[in-house]
Amino acid sequence: MNAAPLDARGLGKRFRREWGLRDCTLTIPQGAVVGLAGPNAAGKSTLLALATGLLAPTEGSISVLGSDPLREPSVLAQVGYVAQGAPLYRSFTVADTIEFARRTNARWDDELVGDVLTRVAPSTKVGSLSAGDRARLALAIALGKRPQLVLLDEPFAGLDPLAGREFLQLLMDGVAETSATVVIASHVIADIERVCDHIVLLTDGGVRLEGNVEELLESHRILMGPRRPLGEIRGVRSIVRERYSGRQLTLLVLVDGPIVDPSWTIERVGLEELLLTYMAPERLPTPKPPERVPLRWHG
Amino acid sequence: MIEFHLDPRSGVATYLQIVQQVKEALRLGTIDVGDQLPTVREVVADLAVNPNTVAKAYRDLEREGLVVARQGRGTFVASTLAPASLRHHDALRAGLERWLAAAEAAGLDEESVRALISSTLRETLARRVA
Repeated sequence: MNAAPLDARGLGKRFRREWGLRDCTLTIPQGAVVGLAGPNAAGKSTLLALATGLLAPTEGSISVLGSDPLREPSVLAQVGYVAQGAPLYRSFTVADTIEFARRTNARWDDELVGDVLTRVAPSTKVGSLSAGDRARLALAIALGKRPQLVLLDEPFAGLDPLAGREFLQLLMDGVAETSATVVIASHVIADIERVCDHIVLLTDGGVRLEGNVEELLESHRILMGPRRPLGEIRGVRSIVRERYSGRQLTLLVLVDGPIVDPSWTIERVGLEELLLTYMAPERLPTPKPPERVPLRWHG
Repeated sequence: MIEFHLDPRSGVATYLQIVQQVKEALRLGTIDVGDQLPTVREVVADLAVNPNTVAKAYRDLEREGLVVARQGRGTFVASTLAPASLRHHDALRAGLERWLAAAEAAGLDEESVRALISSTLRETLARRVA
């Protein structure tokens, strides 16, 4: 009953000679709103396609709501998936599209769909909808079956900031209504940082960083101070990034206790800066899996 | 009714920002016992945030005894953080304004003022602990 919405063990997918995803192990907690972040071609779409049974794993396994999406596709009735670019039949009207979705799904919630589409005229052809309304329609269809898991692949692509914000509001309202777990793949962190409470960062087909957003923010700090030789710093587990400018030294660190040295000015770090730092190949730390801190490190 | 605002760059988790804003309003007396907090759905619609985050913030406030959730009706302020010292706030604020005027006359800009206040506060607190 309480199987994780999404659980991957050593999951890998090879396309001809290239691995699109490799050695991916992660568990998405029930009820989370997950930001699946990473640069283009990091493996985000591959992971979502594996989760929906559109691709078969080359190695390892993936389980969705406790079932193998390839062998037990009936589980997909509980999964709302919007692929990149929200592919829909352009010649259908909005009403046709909804009707089609209603008939192909066992469960359907007209009220929820209506809430998402209040401002979209039913007689409009899908091909002539604005990007924002098309995204709404795709979201309405994904939410209409009252899914337990919603997977969105780059839903903000092509949306202006206002449409993007409205999309998030509708999505979050849908989450409040259905208590669904949500995974939003996006290479633009600013688009998702308002809503995520869990992050999976993929780089080069592997999981680079995964964890609860609050724990990630609490366990990282920026230290600024005069340039100095770097040795052990009390309270610091590892240095994620070091930058020098003139006599100033700025560190992004993973902490494991209070920083007591008063010569450091200590600041918090925003999620976007944190993830961009971990994405950048300039200087990768080699953190050991911590014992007590519930963060998971890979790569 | 309190309205929340979010600063995603702050590095403070969203739920904590909500908790802190409620506490600050309680401390300043802008909301008081019996006042209703916006519903989770209202905050979600307003800020486009994750409903779980808002619920978590409200649960935390409830655990601290500051608010109470009434089934089907909403979340209400149950106790205040406005200290008995709230009546001194006006006088203290006036003193602070005089100090700020002196700082401005001495040529300090906003950033220097902030830096001076936070370092003085930090050092004073550290002395007390020691």
